[in-house]
Amino acid sequence: MSLSELAADAVPADVEPTGRQIQGRSPFRLALSRLLHDKMAVISVIVLFLIVLFAVLAPLFASITHHPYGAQYPDTARDSWGLPKGPSGDFWLGADPLGRDVLVRAAYGARISLGVGIAATILSTILGVIIGVLAGFVGGLVDTVLARFMDVVLSFPYLLVAIVIATTFKPHSTWLSVLITIGVIAFFSFAAMARIVRGQVISLKEKEFIEAARSLGASRMRIMFVDIVPNLVAPVTVLGSLLVPTAIVFEATLSFLGVGIQPPMPSWGSMLNDADYRSSLWLLFVPGGLLLLTTLAFNLLGDGIRDAFDPRSERLITRK
Amino acid sequence: MSDEILVKVENVRKHFPIKQGILFKREVARVHAVDGVDLEVRRGETLGIVGESGCGKSTLARCITGLHSITDGRILFEGKDIGRAPDKAFRRDVQMIFQDPYGSLNPRRRVGSIIADPFDIHGTATGAERKKRVQELMELVGLNPEHYNRFPAEFSGGQRQRIGVARALALKPKLIVCDEPVSALDVSIQAQVINLLKDLQDELGLTYIFIAHDLSVVRYVSDRVAVMYLGKVGEAAEGEELYARPRHPYTNALLSAASVADPDRAERRERIILTGDVPSPIKPPSGCRFHTRCPKAQEICATAEPPLTVAAGDTAGHLTACHFPVELGERLAEAHAAIQQESTEPTLGVTE
Amino acid sequence: MSLLEVTDLKVSFNTSDGVVQAVRGVTFSIDRGQTLGIVGESGSGKSVSTQTLMGLTPGAKVGGQALFEGQDLLTMTPDQLRRIRGSQISMIFQDPLSSLHPLYKVGWQIVEMIKAHEPGVSKAAARKRAIELLGMVGIPQPDRRVDDFPHQFSGGMRQRAMIAMALALNPKLIIADEPTTALDATVQAQILDLMLRLQREFDTALIMITHDLGVIADLADDVLVMYAGKPVEHTDRRTLYYRPHHPYTAGLLRSIPSGSGGRNDRLVPIPGQPPSLISPPSGCSFHPRCAYTMDRCVVEEPPLRPVADRHRSACWLPDEAVGLSAEVENLRGMAVDQGRKEASA
Repeated sequence: MSLSELAADAVPADVEPTGRQIQGRSPFRLALSRLLHDKMAVISVIVLFLIVLFAVLAPLFASITHHPYGAQYPDTARDSWGLPKGPSGDFWLGADPLGRDVLVRAAYGARISLGVGIAATILSTILGVIIGVLAGFVGGLVDTVLARFMDVVLSFPYLLVAIVIATTFKPHSTWLSVLITIGVIAFFSFAAMARIVRGQVISLKEKEFIEAARSLGASRMRIMFVDIVPNLVAPVTVLGSLLVPTAIVFEATLSFLGVGIQPPMPSWGSMLNDADYRSSLWLLFVPGGLLLLTTLAFNLLGDGIRDAFDPRSERLITRK
Repeated sequence: MSDEILVKVENVRKHFPIKQGILFKREVARVHAVDGVDLEVRRGETLGIVGESGCGKSTLARCITGLHSITDGRILFEGKDIGRAPDKAFRRDVQMIFQDPYGSLNPRRRVGSIIADPFDIHGTATGAERKKRVQELMELVGLNPEHYNRFPAEFSGGQRQRIGVARALALKPKLIVCDEPVSALDVSIQAQVINLLKDLQDELGLTYIFIAHDLSVVRYVSDRVAVMYLGKVGEAAEGEELYARPRHPYTNALLSAASVADPDRAERRERIILTGDVPSPIKPPSGCRFHTRCPKAQEICATAEPPLTVAAGDTAGHLTACHFPVELGERLAEAHAAIQQESTEPTLGVTE
Repeated sequence: MSLLEVTDLKVSFNTSDGVVQAVRGVTFSIDRGQTLGIVGESGSGKSVSTQTLMGLTPGAKVGGQALFEGQDLLTMTPDQLRRIRGSQISMIFQDPLSSLHPLYKVGWQIVEMIKAHEPGVSKAAARKRAIELLGMVGIPQPDRRVDDFPHQFSGGMRQRAMIAMALALNPKLIIADEPTTALDATVQAQILDLMLRLQREFDTALIMITHDLGVIADLADDVLVMYAGKPVEHTDRRTLYYRPHHPYTAGLLRSIPSGSGGRNDRLVPIPGQPPSLISPPSGCSFHPRCAYTMDRCVVEEPPLRPVADRHRSACWLPDEAVGLSAEVENLRGMAVDQGRKEASA
């Protein structure tokens, strides 16, 4: 927002003679108020808040259960056959084959899964918006090259390529594996974002308010940042919120295949990798359930955000 | 109104290429949106430009405001060729009001900042001065200046159009090009905006180019009217003269087709029902472009293009481009022309 | 019995911003061979009312009654309604592209419609009828154009094809919702001309919905004017155009640029903006924009009452205040003063 617009915003909201509050409600605030009336979206927000709390409070679970992060209890957590024990008073959600507390690992894994998912989404959103705006706004040869590049990325057999990349750059440390995973996910997700942004920019460019700005002699930069970019907030927010669950599942897939997050660092995907489903169902249900809950909540929230920005009711009212 | 010519349009053409191809695009056809138009606009007058969709009136408007660079010909503003890239002074002097009250205002910006856009771009007012001028403009166009902080979505169609007018007035322009400013509005609101535009013209001495598809609306605002058909001017005259003595068969048809909210007059009038639709501007007809639908068409009309000149018996300001101008009292409705060709091509990417 | 009798039709939608009362009690009837014009601006509920009759407003809360040959359309199952739609009542929309499927040939769509309602008809016979219909609505070379796709037709031809489809099963009632709004003036004249001719030929009842009083000036028998979801005036065409009672109708007529005004004449607009349908004004919905508002108008809603024979108006002004002349304006003004005096006394 430019300084001049800030000045315009600083004018206090006034009251009409009838006493009705006539504070200018921004499209964003209207969307927010609609979102708060959407039951499913509100439930999703609460669920996501609880999951984030679960991740943030991971050390608390470690101290309550007296099972610090990474600690193994090969003797107490496994039975005489060497198989992990199920949920009990000591291990609330059971133990894994190495004798680690599944609850503590799931909480620390939540940090990685959420963190990787959100970081990859932010990275792919930034990449996608920059490339999409550039392609759509500049047009011409730049657009042709970028659009074809997006097509190429989108037509890659991404899982195969991801596996190749992840195995080629066999990370030496677990933290490096996190960075590579984020990079791989972002690389394969940005094209979807860039495509949508490009389409939006192209359709915005044809709008009369852009022509109005051009006829006033506005520079290309001004048109891009004052008129086009603010109109991308809604579609980017919607798509971004729907990209998060995809990224989380992507991470889980890579880690499950052993090419994502490297052990001993836990993530929900790598925990699924550890599972021996025939005897220890909790190893499947704990990370799997968390994964399902998180992606479901993100998807429902994304749908809610989309409806809030583009309510069908409004179209009904304005229709003749 | 003075006799000083503010805008002179000389043989202006605007063709849009239609390109095909994935990586290397090549031109496969071109839309002849504006195809050789001569016009003059005098300082202080309103020139109405009327025509149906596809006639090139909006494209012409965008050429005059410098939004489109023209393919051929030249446009003189105050005697100066505006050329390919109009300068800042031209941008200040020539403003545009758009058709769509929903599309012409950025939905994500507050009204105050939209109206102040011209000040910001040209750096003419900042801070408290800027706010004061914006509120003055809002008052001038009949908006509550306290609604400075609102978003476009909170206004009705008519009010939004007033916002567009305020933005166009901000830099005290000499010429305002109004591209169908009321056709998206409800009937009761149309009259409000038309009256506002007329009042502003009287108060501020503005010159208007007023574009519409509706002859009856144009009649209320225009000193002179030009009728366009398929990228060319078919007839141009003083308003009263054009409505009283239309010479071009197309003008006659357009006038007879206009809706009349009066049962007796509607029943009495002679409706000239043209056959077919407007041909595609990708492949305009040869000779006179109207010959495919004209009730008076003869052989010469398909081969020779009639020049825009004063027809026999007309006053100096009344120009008609027709080989067989309509005489007063001639009954066109009884004449019939066969449809010689009907364009089947979809009008590719032509927006009006 | 009338062909269609609508009584106290009410339609509302639940939206996240509140309940939109799109139609708030509409009553009208239409006979065979008659043309009814429904006039109103955007948001007046004119389209929603007829769409509701045809079951095209999913999610709406509907009240009232709509008897078509004695059967209530509003209580029919979607299946019953589908059988009536097309064969008994057909619709013509503003945008023919929304009703013609882009991926099927125009002729095929007409043939399918005929076969759906008349299973006994052979494909060849249906095709022959489709060609006949296209020719009848003025499409040149119908035997060739029958195999065209909708995008190969121009706007006017698409609207003609829509009319051909609407006529295919010889319906008793045609509802035309702004059939010419998207068309150019010269093409609009063709289409209106065609519709009028066909209606006379087939003795069909026609409901014409429009925002433009000019469009129906020479073709409606009766006109119903709607404002903010309610009918405000209902009478025959001549009375409506020459002797309107409701100030909204008078205002609409005055704000239309007529054929006679010139550069130095002024249009008379209706001040203000159309009301919100979520919280419509108290009393008479038009009172915030009316030049003759009395105290009564703000608190008490005027019913659609007879002011003369076959002339109903929803306004508190005296019955004799009809017309557009200056004397009538005076009469209206005096009535308002009288009303004010009575109120203060």
